[in-house]
Amino acid sequence: MYQLRAYRSFVSYMDRSREYYAASGYTRPYEWPHYDAVPFTPLKKPLAQCRVGLVTTAGKPKPPEAGVTLLTSRELYAEPANPPPQRLFTDDLSWDKQSTHTDDVDSFLPVNRLREYAAEGRIGSASARFYGVTTDYSQSRTLERYAPQILEWCREDGLDAVLLSAL
Amino acid sequence: MSLVARHLEENGLSTVIIGSARDIVEECGVARFIFTDFPLGNPCGKPWDVAMQRSIVGMALDLLERAWMPRMTIQTQFCWDNDEWREGFMRVDESNREALARAGEERRQMQADMKKGL
Repeated sequence: MYQLRAYRSFVSYMDRSREYYAASGYTRPYEWPHYDAVPFTPLKKPLAQCRVGLVTTAGKPKPPEAGVTLLTSRELYAEPANPPPQRLFTDDLSWDKQSTHTDDVDSFLPVNRLREYAAEGRIGSASARFYGVTTDYSQSRTLERYAPQILEWCREDGLDAVLLSAL
Repeated sequence: MSLVARHLEENGLSTVIIGSARDIVEECGVARFIFTDFPLGNPCGKPWDVAMQRSIVGMALDLLERAWMPRMTIQTQFCWDNDEWREGFMRVDESNREALARAGEERRQMQADMKKGL
């Protein structure tokens, strides 16, 4: 549909969250990471021979008695991709809870879709595990603890490529 | 998530981010990015829409194979049913300004109490 618009259509979450937290009384805006240089690794072999893994920002399913607390622990995890998880815990994450839901895991962690591509031979195989890394306010924790652990798990599982999906 | 992807790329793994927060991912700078212009929550396709999810994951696999340099963003062709979510998410206006300020104050108080071990 053709329309005229005076502003870009996609939402700037940097702008939106800055204004939201300012209105909530936080005096220092969050500073997002910015890099000029970007690392790049081309695939080293045909995709049909690659093992591909998945990373999500969603948390492991929580037992019902755990309840939802404001400050939940930020847990890094590796879980079996088969059988695929029926649900993952997303209540404590920032996503648009008024407009949509996360009842279908494949809408944010395509564990079944990836397995189908493996069965068809589009990729060599889907990793036996997927990994969870919850978004953290602290960039140093992400850089110094979470990212190296995810890399280690990728190496243990013999991955060539990784799809990372943030809610 | 972008920081994790960068770390993997630096260490010899090829990555694709699938996401809906375009500015945050591109500001950080990643090798490959599949952008779906949806409300946050379903970057890999609408819930229960297997064909759409399959298409988006397929684009991510295509991009893994075909990207020849970093910062390659592909915007998928999918649109949400309406545009109301664009204004609604984290909206600040006169209707909620006072409530937000109050909730922020309560949250800071609770965090301060937790620090003190109360």
